[in-house]
Amino acid sequence: MIWNKEKEMLPENSKKAHQGELLKRLIRRVYDKIPFYQDRMDDAGIQPDLVSSIADIKRLPFTTKDDLRDNYPFGMFAVPMDHVTEIHTSSGTTGKPVIGGYTRGDIDVWSEVMARCLAASGTTEKDVVQNAYGYGLFTGGLGVHYGARRIGATVVPISGGNTKRQIMILQDFKSTILTCTPSYCLYLAEVGEQMGVDFSSLPLKAGNFGAEPWSNNMRKEIERRLSLLALDIYGLTEIIGPGVGNECEYKCGVHICDDHFYPEIIDPETSEVLPYGEVGELVITTLTREATPLLRYRTRDITRLIPGQCECGRTSIRMERIMGRTDDMLIVRGVNVFPSQIEEVLVNIEGVEPHYQIVLERDGALDELEIHVEMNERLISDEIKGLEQAERKIRDDIESMLGIKVGVRLVEPKTIARSEGKAKRVIDKRTL
Amino acid sequence: MYIDQISIFLENRAGRILDITEIFGENNINIRALSLADTSDFGILRMIVDDVKRAVDVLKGKGFIVKQSKVVAVEVPDRPGGLASVLRVLAEKQINVEYMYAFFEQPKDKALLIFRFEDTDQAVQVLEKHGIPVLKKQTIGVR
Repeated sequence: MIWNKEKEMLPENSKKAHQGELLKRLIRRVYDKIPFYQDRMDDAGIQPDLVSSIADIKRLPFTTKDDLRDNYPFGMFAVPMDHVTEIHTSSGTTGKPVIGGYTRGDIDVWSEVMARCLAASGTTEKDVVQNAYGYGLFTGGLGVHYGARRIGATVVPISGGNTKRQIMILQDFKSTILTCTPSYCLYLAEVGEQMGVDFSSLPLKAGNFGAEPWSNNMRKEIERRLSLLALDIYGLTEIIGPGVGNECEYKCGVHICDDHFYPEIIDPETSEVLPYGEVGELVITTLTREATPLLRYRTRDITRLIPGQCECGRTSIRMERIMGRTDDMLIVRGVNVFPSQIEEVLVNIEGVEPHYQIVLERDGALDELEIHVEMNERLISDEIKGLEQAERKIRDDIESMLGIKVGVRLVEPKTIARSEGKAKRVIDKRTL
Repeated sequence: MYIDQISIFLENRAGRILDITEIFGENNINIRALSLADTSDFGILRMIVDDVKRAVDVLKGKGFIVKQSKVVAVEVPDRPGGLASVLRVLAEKQINVEYMYAFFEQPKDKALLIFRFEDTDQAVQVLEKHGIPVLKKQTIGVR
């Protein structure tokens, strides 16, 4: 179902003109209101009136995550605080989080694009949306909430976790749409099956799953076990949260709401814009964002763009499944994990840089993160309880930093393979 | 009064104890007593060897992480109730044993007990006060 036929089916020419107009206004706004952008553009010799069409976007400066960190917390805000009605942050916990500010207008846009995403999976005002994304600073919960409310569906704001209750409510409230991370969805299936639930007899019909990378095989498994249509939803806190785009029922790429978010693909090494169809780093410009607009934000997600009208009728540009990340960030159960965070915890405990390795596996439905730590002079004990305490301390500190369960295993010295003297930090055995 | 025990961390893999004993064999280091504590993932191999300093050097040279700790060796008659007589003395004084291991010596009809105490000094005082002989290093062939 197409929520906004006018905007989602704009003919190519009028879309370009529309995007160009929005870009012109955006560039004026960021230049006048955000000193960071004024400096960047002055340094590059770019005047705001230099932009006359969307094609000029390639002359504009990029924005990186580091830029956002440098301007933490409110340095990238383009409006005074009394116009900001809501703030969210990234799930990542490396040092300072990334902040997204929302005006009333931004919440309106968010509701609109999320309504489009939910409608793409068939959500109407008759549906019951069981929203198992976390509510709070994380954008997932409230983003879906706003979209479902815009449609007029019944939202069940159950948030994440408490799986048995999720399954009870799924049955009792007759939820028709499920929203959560794909790995949690499979976990839900597992628990439900153990409880003897026959999912095919439930009215559940579709789900918008995202916030972590997943594969077509996982989709097939979800669809088989839960008897529903499983579609990929894409978004990131920096841009708006969930709602940047969603797959349609033809499952041929995520339709990006490109009247609000302008995507480009660049070569991550040279920063050159690549033609449609080539694989590179996704870069997004927030054409309409008021509180925290971004020019050419480097998402570090690797994908390619597919132009042209889709079988579903939408003309919005499509993006293939995210193939990887340009940096070393790991997404574990929807949470951003950096090896550097784990290293930091170990250094704090040990006072030295330890040799460690992060091993990621997908055990059934859920990502399992295990940290192998090589035995050293400070950890060694002649007592089992001493070693178990060391393991527990490492595990507790890492869990409290990451907010997810991890395993810790002490291993013998020199058993973690090293290349050029440095240990390989991450072994990702997850097959997506 | 105290004996130096060396402990090595081992993962639960086949052949690990063999590796250690081979290293000792090649370097002419004799194991006087040994115990293995294990969990599902790892083990701690604790040993009393005749030449502690050289054993530590050799193991470290091979990349092992070695922990040295002070333990107490006690000799008891190798007969029923022998061990109980020692433990009773310790229990009366609320002295906590972290772990212990034992082996018997033929033909002396004595059992040798290796104790790791929370408070080693106090334990030795109590044992000696009750006439329980705490063995010197030399007595059990440790340099």
